[in-house]
This record gives sequence, structure tokens and C-alpha cells, in this order.
Amino acid sequence: MSGGALILLALAIPIGGALLLWVVGRTPFLRNEVSLVTSCGLLAAVAALTPSVLAGARPAISLFEFAPGLAFAFEVEPLGMLFALLASFLWIVTTIYSISYLSANGEPHRTRFHICFALALASAVGIAFAGNMLTLFFFYEALTLCTYPLVAHSGTEEARRGARRYLAILLSTSIMLLLLAVLWTWVAVGTLDFRAGGILAGQVSESVMAVLLVLYVFGVGKAALMPFHGWLPAAMVAPAPVSALLHAVAVVKAGVFTIVKIALYIFGLDAIRDFASGEWLLYVAGATILIASLIALRQDNLKHRLAYSTVSQLSYVVLGVAIANAHAVMGASMHIAMHGFAKITLFFCAGAIYTAAGKTHISQLDGIGRRMPVTMGAFAVGALALIGLPPFAGAWSKYYLVLGSLDEGDYAVLAVLLVSSLLNALYFLPIVVRAFFPTGGEPRPVAGGIAEAPKLQLVAISITALGTVALFAYPQFLFDLLRPLVGM
Amino acid sequence: MNAGHLPILQVALPLIAAPLCVLLRRPAFAWAFTTLVSWALLAMSILLLIRVMADGVISYRLGGWAPPFGIEYRLDAVNCFVILVISAVAAVVTPYMRQSVAREITAPRHNLFYGVYLLALTGLLGIAATGDAFNIYVFMEISSLASYVLIGLGSSRRARAAAFQYLIMGTIGATFLLIGIGLLYMMTGTLNLADLSLRVAEVPDMRPIYAAFAFITIGVLIKLALFPLHIWLPNAYTHAPSAVSAFLAASATKVGAYVLLRFVFTLFGPEFSFERMPLMEILMPLSLIAILVGSGVAIFQHDLKRLFAYSSIGQIGYIALGISFASTSGLTGAIVHIFNHAMMKGGIFLALGCMMYRTGSVELSALHGLGRRMPFTMAALIIGGLGLVGVPLTSGFVSKWYLVQAALEADLWPVALLILLGSLVALIYVGRVIEAAYFRPPPPGAPAVREAPWQMLIPTWILLAASLYFGVHTDITVSVAERGAEMLLGLPA
Amino acid sequence: MDILTHFNYWAAIALATIGLYAVVARHNLIKKLIGLSLFQTAVFLLFITIGKVTGGTAPILDAAYSLYSNPLPHVLILTAIVVSVSTLAVGLALAIAIKRDYGTVEEDEIHDADSAAGTGGEE
Repeated sequence: MSGGALILLALAIPIGGALLLWVVGRTPFLRNEVSLVTSCGLLAAVAALTPSVLAGARPAISLFEFAPGLAFAFEVEPLGMLFALLASFLWIVTTIYSISYLSANGEPHRTRFHICFALALASAVGIAFAGNMLTLFFFYEALTLCTYPLVAHSGTEEARRGARRYLAILLSTSIMLLLLAVLWTWVAVGTLDFRAGGILAGQVSESVMAVLLVLYVFGVGKAALMPFHGWLPAAMVAPAPVSALLHAVAVVKAGVFTIVKIALYIFGLDAIRDFASGEWLLYVAGATILIASLIALRQDNLKHRLAYSTVSQLSYVVLGVAIANAHAVMGASMHIAMHGFAKITLFFCAGAIYTAAGKTHISQLDGIGRRMPVTMGAFAVGALALIGLPPFAGAWSKYYLVLGSLDEGDYAVLAVLLVSSLLNALYFLPIVVRAFFPTGGEPRPVAGGIAEAPKLQLVAISITALGTVALFAYPQFLFDLLRPLVGM
Repeated sequence: MNAGHLPILQVALPLIAAPLCVLLRRPAFAWAFTTLVSWALLAMSILLLIRVMADGVISYRLGGWAPPFGIEYRLDAVNCFVILVISAVAAVVTPYMRQSVAREITAPRHNLFYGVYLLALTGLLGIAATGDAFNIYVFMEISSLASYVLIGLGSSRRARAAAFQYLIMGTIGATFLLIGIGLLYMMTGTLNLADLSLRVAEVPDMRPIYAAFAFITIGVLIKLALFPLHIWLPNAYTHAPSAVSAFLAASATKVGAYVLLRFVFTLFGPEFSFERMPLMEILMPLSLIAILVGSGVAIFQHDLKRLFAYSSIGQIGYIALGISFASTSGLTGAIVHIFNHAMMKGGIFLALGCMMYRTGSVELSALHGLGRRMPFTMAALIIGGLGLVGVPLTSGFVSKWYLVQAALEADLWPVALLILLGSLVALIYVGRVIEAAYFRPPPPGAPAVREAPWQMLIPTWILLAASLYFGVHTDITVSVAERGAEMLLGLPA
Repeated sequence: MDILTHFNYWAAIALATIGLYAVVARHNLIKKLIGLSLFQTAVFLLFITIGKVTGGTAPILDAAYSLYSNPLPHVLILTAIVVSVSTLAVGLALAIAIKRDYGTVEEDEIHDADSAAGTGGEE
């Protein structure tokens, strides 16, 4: 099967899955089956593309022309490959998890849930494989729209308000800033293709480039750069699997992925580095890292703390792009995968705690580690990975980011990275400590009868927790994949 | 008879069919007959467009009299496109009418209703087909008079008040147009548009020509319902029978836009309209206000028909804005939006008609929980709504793409920002609709509601499927629109 | 511009203004229609007078006459009069329907009745 056909297959599988789910709708057994088969099929299709991309090929396909010279087109390059692999692999795990989560918590509208989930994945794959900025924008918007019903899922007043905020911030940034930037680029340069080295360099004046950088960076609201991060905590009203896969992996990673992609292929790394007025990006990213961590410290709601932690961690990627040298971009790209595995584990744990014990706040978690050792063990793994300690995934990406900042001799950036690791430790470790070693011995036993979460959820949690270890132990694949990106 | 008579047949067929339709006393016969006529019109308009795209302009001499003395029907890419839009909308809306009209209009009047509807169609097609200024006036009055009657047939008594209001404003507008045409005739001695454009160019600096331009522009803007001349529109669309709202929203204002294009570009010429006359300076702010105010007011409406009527005012703003750029991308955007908005808004009003048919209400509160009980109707409403916002892969995105491009090409980035802001405002009212339909439980004790009958759903979905199709396959609409734009600007095709 | 030689314009403008004033200022629907008719008639007058050629006769093809008025405006206005009469007829029909539904043809009373009946009234 040719590369182009595989790309289309990867898009068609989740969309077809969604259609099938709509048809089988009311039969719960088939619904779970179909979801599982679809997610496995997607991974198979994406994985089938990997060898050729590793070998340096760039499978591509062009569908139809939107305007002369502007086609609806796909092209797989290493970064997109990485993102697609990440999303489709974690989708399988999430499907396993959510089957159990939805039934254990008696969630309504399960068919709609699975359909929207599948469509969201299709959009994520579309973003990953997009061959030009217009195609990327299409799927970017589609992803927002498909996830909106998932955020509003429960239909309570709180969920509706959260979903409204979610939609308002994501769509307003993307329409007012990103679309404007895309159109401006199109009018100025006459192409929106992704080209190594960028398409803007030498085509527009430095001041236009500066404005475009602002528009692009803030237009990608999904990257949750402050001050446009408010949608992410708002999205936490969604069920745990949604927060786990979409708001820790697919949606937010789509955001930072888009930023890396724009930096590499629209501006070009050289342009960003040489660009005097681009320094603000460093400050914004650095500030987001620190401020979001500080806010996270103050959150008692577990999912909110995780959300602010995500805001902070996403800016690592933006920071890497802003440093704009080979090491930093390598670190940034790796962080997309590493943070994905770690954060999904944490969200799975939060969902498992909610399922098994009905707890949502950190202050309620005293001693829960004794009752739910697997869950809280995995939580500890995810937390350590995010802090950046070996032998867990986050260590590599932080290592490369540090290298990148040293290359530039930028000690302020180095300081931000170190302080933020410290802050990570400060807001994660107390949870783990509290869970296993409750203060004041063993107080009133947490409401009787709390046991481990359902088995399927534990399976999912274990897979992702082991994944963070595996990514540390075998990073070679990531290096091989990403090396051409930065010319290392 | 050969294909050569198609241009006149396009207008004569509904005109002859109208009295025949009145003679058919059984509602079912009258409906079936009207449906057949509308399908025949669609077939003819497709043939016409194919011929014009292949062979260029068709000039038809009415009664064999040579222009400029005889009346000429002159078909080029722009008006063939408009004719196609009108007849396509009619061909889709007419089959839908059977149930909707039976529910909303009392029985003895059905054959009269279809007769008047055919007259409205005649008028709209006539405006588009003719190449004669006075003919435009006559056809505009035919279509307007018919629309007053159609709107007045609405079930609430407010329909009559709305129709009267529209009658007063519409007649003033048409009479302004007549004054302008009279002044032009006085200066040039001709009524043929092509001939007029040559002779106006000889005497551009005469005061009557200025006056004629002003009268014609204002007269047409009333028909187009551009802010602040829009006040007839919300009431008319709100209280008219559902099928009529859909038909008028999709066709009447679009024809207004066409007449504006024709007079401003073909007759007076872009040089006169935009350099001697400050058309851009007038039209652009008004359109931007229309976009923001129309959409803004829509947010606060509880009656869905009124909500989408205000949204129409905003969308008309986009069309007028595209015209005001007087550039290829701007005009392409405007012409494409004429088509796209016709599909989207027609589909939306048809979906509202389905809702009216089943629930007897189009209040926002009646939407609660309908997402599950009328899934196809609601999905149609949402798709149409997303198109109005201009979400990618809907045709609304295509129009906005070209409009923003036009603004950026003209170095008017604040205008570009305002266009995008308009999308966001539209998002708010569409968001309210989505939330009410899907994420609010039905009120306790709500009567059981079934999905609308398929005879109504299929037309609704045809329009919205078209709006999706042309959001992806832009080459068809955009190439016709671009060709029209270049022709209007007098550029070599 | 000489007022006397263009007195036909001034007459038309005066009539049209009176008519428009009635449309805008009167609340009675019938009076509005009368104003509207006046406005239209003024425009017809303008058309007809511009067709007149001083000393010309009716356009009859005969060797005896060489100077005749332009007949085309007259023909056009004949059509326009038909349009105007139809408009008046539809307007009156609507006024009758309004009288039947509301019991009044005064615009402000109709407005009051609508606002009393509920939301979503006039602009």
C-alpha cells in the first residue's frame, strides 16, 4: 500500500469508526468492540507509515484544490509521525480505560462520547499529517469542535459553562489571530506549504515577521500559552478519559505541535533565532512555566492541579522553540511524547481515584495509597517523570532543553528550567507523600470499602506508567525519528 | 422551439404557470404543478449556465427587436449564476412546501399561495435575466408585490403588519430606483444597460447622473436590506410562513445584491462608482456595522426565526463589504457568499420550518432537548449555523477567506480583523442554539416530538449538503464567481 | 439652473416630498398609502414631462408632422401606473386584514397591541 493511501486510511479509520458507532449506537457490547477495533486499526495504519518515514521518505497525497496553488494536502514528516504515533497508541489505552470508566460511573450519552472521541482522533491525525498550513487549520478547528461535546458531556450548568469558555477561547484565538496570520502569509508569500527552512524568510520584512510570530503563537490557543490558557482548566469538567487523552495529549499536543511545525516550516529556525524582536517568546514561555506552576501549587482539586501543570509543561515545548537551536528543538519535540505518557498516567489515576473512592480533591486523599497501591504507585511514576528524574521519560527532554540553553549561554532559561523542576516536585510530591504516609498516623480510615479501581483501568494505568520507563530506557527510536528535523 | 429561446422561457414559464396554478383548485395539484415548474426552471438554468460558460454572453432580443430599441435579455456569468441560485433554491423549497404550507396556511388559499409564489419567482428570475433598466424595475415590483402577499399569509396577525411595513419601504425603494432610471433615460435616451453604460461614460460629470447614482443605490440598498435600511427584514422573515422565509432569505436579498452589482459595475462602471462617487467610503462602514450590529442583535433574540433574520442582516453586510472593495478577491467573495449564504440560510429556515411543523414553536426554549428527539433537523440547524460562523469545510469559510484576503490585499487589516470578529459574534448566537438543542434537558412534561417527515427533511438537507459540498469543492463556485468578478471589473477574463 | 424652465422638476420634487412626508409622519395606514401614491405619482409626472418636446405633437407617422414628443416615457409610465395601482391594492388589502386582526389601522395602536401580546414586537 502506498504512503498516500495509508494516510487516507489513517484518517478514514476513525471517521468510519464514528459512523459505525452511530449505526450500532444502542448496543453497548458492540459499541466497546467497535471503539477498540477502530483504535487498533488506527495505530496499525499509522505504524505502517513509520518505517518509510524513518528511512527518510515523506509520503504525501494531495486531495483537492481550495484555491489555485492551495491544495488540501497531507505530508508525513518526522514530527507529525511522532505525534500521530503518540495519539493513536494512547487512544487504544484510553479506550480500554474509558470503557470501564464510563460504565463504573454510569455516564450517560456513551455513544455520543465514543463518536466524538473517534472524530477528535481523526482530527488529531489530520493535524499530524497536514501538508500545509490551511489543512492544518481545518483539522485544528475540527478538533476544537469535536471536543466541545466531550467537555459539555454531563450537561450540568457547570459543564456547559466550562464548555462555553473552552470554545470561546479556542475559537476566538484561532479565528482572530491564527486565521488572520494564515491569510496574511498567503497574501504575502503566495504559498502555505510546509518547507524546511521556512517560507517567510526573505519574503516579508522583519516587522511583518514579528507581527506574524505574535499572531501565530497566540493564535494557537491550544498551546495554552498565557494569557490564553484559561480554556484548559475549564475543560477539566469533562470525564477523566477526555481530560487524559485530549487535554493531556491530543488537543494540547496538537497546539504545541503546531507551534513547532510553524517554527520549523513557516518561519524556519534560523529566522527565529536571528530575529531580534523574537526574544519576547522566551519570556512569555518562561513566565508561563513559572506562573502556571505557582498556580498549580494552590489548587486543591486534583484535576485542576494537573491542568495547570500541563499549562506549565506545554511551555517547555514553546521554550525549546524559542531557544531555536538543534538541542532545544530536539528536547521540545521529545517532550511532546514524554509529557504525553506521564500526564496521561496522572489523569488516569485521578479518574481511577474518582471511580473507586469518589474523591476529587487532594485534601481528601490522606492514606489512599494504602487502599489503591497500584494507582498511587503509577501516580508517583508519572509525577517523577514530570519532575524530570531518571529513570523516567521526562529526563531526556529536560536534558536536551538544558543542553540547548547552555548552547546559547542563556542562564536565565537554565534557571527557569531548574526552578520549575523544583516547583514540579513541590506540587506533585506532597500528593504522593500524603497518599502513602498520611499525617498524624492513620486518621479515620478513608470511608470504608474503598478498594482498587476496576481492573481495566489498572491495566491502562500500568501500560502508560511502564511507557514512561520504556521511553527512558529506549529513547533511540525517538532520536532516529527526530534527527532529520534538526539536522543533528 | 430551440434552445435559443431559453432566456425568455426562464421568465415566461413561471409567469404563465402562475394563473394556471390558480385554476387548479386542489392544493395537491397546485403543489405538484408548481414543483414541476420549479424543476423545469432548474434544468433550464443549468443549461443556460453551461452555454454561457462555454460560449460567452448570450443576448436575446425580445420580440426580435434589436437593442438598444428593443428589450434585450443579456446573460453572462454573473446573472446566469444568480438565476441558477434562485431556481435551485426554488426547486428545493417547492417540494418542501406541501406539508409546511398545509400546516401554516388555511386550506382554501393554497392554489392562490402557489400562484403568488410563482409570480415572486417570475419577478426574481426576470430581474436577473433582463438587460433593460426599466424591466428591472417592473420585475422588482412583481417580485416585491408577490412577497408582500406571501409574507402577509403568515399565521400570526403580525405577519400582516410586517408585510405592510415591508410594502411601504419596498415601494419607496422601488420608486427611488425608478427616479434614478428616469434621470438616466433623460440624460442618455436609452434604457438598455449595455448601451447605458457606454453613454453614461460620455457624460459622467453631469449632475443628473450623480443624482441617478444616488437614487438607484439607495433604492437597491433598501431591497438588499443593508444597515440602516434593514428594518423591514426581521419582522418580515419572522412572521412569514416558514417556507416563504426560507425562499425569500435565500433569493430575494441575493437578487438585491445582484442588482447592486449590475448598476454599480456594469452600468456606472467601477471608475465612476468608486472614484467619482464615494461608494467605498459609504458601503464599507455600513457593511461593517451591519456585520457587527446584525450579528450582535441576533445574540439577544429568543425567537429563532428572528435570530436568524438578524443574522441575515449581518451576512448581507459581508456581501456588501465584498462589493465595496471593488477588487477581484472582494467581488469573488461577495458573489460566492451570495450563493453560499443562500444555501446556508435557506437550509436553516427550512430546518426551522421542520421544527415549527413538529413543535408548533420556534422559540429558543422549545429547542431544549430536541437534539435527541429530532436529530436530523437539529444536525441541519447546527451545520447551517457553523456555516454562518465560517468554520472550515463549510462554504461560509470560503467566502470569508476571500473577503479577508481582499481586505489584506487592500492593506485594510482592521477591516480583516472586523470580519473575523463578526465570525466570533456569529459563534455566540450559534453556540446558544447548539447548547439549547443538545445540552439542556427537555422541560418536564414536554409533549413527545417525532422527527419531521422526510419530505421536509430531504430538501433541508439538500441545501445544507450543498453548503458543505461547496465548502470543500470550491473550484466550481469560485471559478464562476471569479469570472463574474473579472467581467464586472472589466478585466480580461 | 433656471427655476422657470425646470418648473416641472420643482413640481415633482414638491409632490414627492409631500408624499414621503405623509408616509413617514402619519400613523394611519391609509394615509400612509395615500402618501405613497402621491410620491409615486410625482415620479410619473417627472417622467412624462421630460418626454415633452416644445411644439411637438403626438407621435403620429404622417408627413404633416415632423416634430413630436418622445412617446417612450409615456409607455413606461403606463406600466408604472399599473404597478402603482397594484401596490395600492395590495396595501389596502393588507390594511383591511390588519383592521380585521387588530381592530385598528393606527400604527401606534398596532404597536401597542403587539407589545401587550408579548415579546418580539417591532424594532
